[in-house]
Amino acid sequence: MTSPNELTIAAARDALRAGDLSAVDLTMACLTAIDASDGLNAFVHKTPDIALDQARAADARLRQGDAPDLCGIPLGIKDLFCTRGVPSQAASNILRGFRPEYESTVTTRLFEAGAVMLGKLNMDEFAMGSSNETSAYGNAVNPWKVDDRRLTPGGSSGGSAAAVAADLCLGATGTDTGGSIRQPAAFTGITGIKPTYGRVSRWGIVAFASSLDQAGPMTKSVRDAAIFLAAMAGHDPKDSTSADLAVPDFEAALTGDIRGQKIGIPREYRMDGMPAEIEKLWAEGIAMMQDAGARIVDISLPHTRYALPAYYVIAPAEASSNLARYDGVRYGHRAKLAQGDGITEMYEKTRAEGFGAEVQRRILLGTYVLSAGFYDAYYNRARKVRALIKRDFENAFAAGIDTILTPATPTSAFGLGEMANADPVEMYLNDVFTVTVNLAGLPGIAVPVGLDSKGLPLGLQLIGRPWDEAGLLNHAYVLERAAGFVAKPAKWW
Amino acid sequence: MSIDIATARKVAKLARIRVEEAQLPKLAEQLSGILGFMEQLNEVDVSGVEPMVSVTPMRLKRRKDVVTDGNIQAQILKNAPDAREGFFAVPKVVE
Repeated sequence: MTSPNELTIAAARDALRAGDLSAVDLTMACLTAIDASDGLNAFVHKTPDIALDQARAADARLRQGDAPDLCGIPLGIKDLFCTRGVPSQAASNILRGFRPEYESTVTTRLFEAGAVMLGKLNMDEFAMGSSNETSAYGNAVNPWKVDDRRLTPGGSSGGSAAAVAADLCLGATGTDTGGSIRQPAAFTGITGIKPTYGRVSRWGIVAFASSLDQAGPMTKSVRDAAIFLAAMAGHDPKDSTSADLAVPDFEAALTGDIRGQKIGIPREYRMDGMPAEIEKLWAEGIAMMQDAGARIVDISLPHTRYALPAYYVIAPAEASSNLARYDGVRYGHRAKLAQGDGITEMYEKTRAEGFGAEVQRRILLGTYVLSAGFYDAYYNRARKVRALIKRDFENAFAAGIDTILTPATPTSAFGLGEMANADPVEMYLNDVFTVTVNLAGLPGIAVPVGLDSKGLPLGLQLIGRPWDEAGLLNHAYVLERAAGFVAKPAKWW
Repeated sequence: MSIDIATARKVAKLARIRVEEAQLPKLAEQLSGILGFMEQLNEVDVSGVEPMVSVTPMRLKRRKDVVTDGNIQAQILKNAPDAREGFFAVPKVVE
């Protein structure tokens, strides 16, 4: 007997509409699972009262037959989203105690559609990290476990990934600046899509790197991703970079037919020293798409190897500018001042106390690359390289490629603490397959495809044409069905 | 390009983050390491390439220049660490 919290969004939607399940019962099942999940440290602010109020309202709508797809569906919300009256601190001590007086556009849309918020989810501080180890709340833990070690759920949307994989919620919001939806999805055996830049409003989401940030859903299936994304997406006058384009019916696009479609395999993603298991998984994915009738085409994206260094100029530069707002004046933490301290000491002490080590490092790096004398050498050069990375993709798409298939991550989930003494650059290598997509503003999706020899999930990534999330999701749907990934983590928490 | 301790101190000052003197050598070393990684960008021929401003080739929409809210002073001050008489309060700025 499946417990309601283990349902997919699609199955729960159908059961709610059929009257076989109530939103209150579904929500209670999730709240019970959350209360028994403290070992995962995924939900860092629980909102059961809000959830039950929203569930009761959803049941009323369902009875009236006025029920959008997400009506009554319990979701987790990444701590990066501002939610009115509920702590929203981007997993940072500098925003400790901050309760926004407003609601992000994404959560506003979800609530209008009848969705239920179970609470706020752990993440890397300001979304800067690939293992959820930079969080002020402590590590989120991967529900997958194969030995004594606790594994990372990935980052930055680590709490979202852990919560969905452990069936604490039916889906969760994530955000992705360099891979922060797709890498944790791959590490936990779930699906995560980063939409085209501009598809989802960024208003009310704490900014990290504004030209790269994009929110998206993390779900148990591709169909769920299609349903959830449709509810998040669309033009928002409050975000001037949000595109004024109609949002297609993504679920209706899941035909399972990709015959004659061209799938590009970029040779530059075959990295030196790539683990044999990743190589094998990729080959299996290629065979699955070929069996479904797609044409496989070798392509070249020649500037791929410059994506990480370009990203680690551009993202910290934008972060140093965005995070200048945390000054201890208008919200969040203010340091205790000593006798005679002026406003400069207040800024410096507040920011030293409030920001964690990785966030400080990125702000300082960004400050350096934007400083007089270095702006052209680093920042402008990186923006030019970014233009070339985008051009590589444009050339591939102009040659008729529909989607591009790559690995999602260079490894399966690693142990928490295992990278503690690593060089920061080693941690950045986690994003090697995903950052190109953010730099080019394209949609990308991670789909679970298999288990490695240790028994941990591995995912593949599909990259789509700009604004073609519908086609991308359909390709992902084909891959999902062919892979038949049904493994679940055994409950230990 | 490597960052020396004086540069690390200057960057910390510019970023308004207090870094203790004892921490500066480690910071300089880490930043130098990351910058070393970025040096790869110098291999790329970028002649004639415009720096990217936006990934989407669309003009940003402008909204009408009208007041859309107001009279929410209490809401704006609600999260302030120190607010008095309708103002954000900070240490003395002008002697």
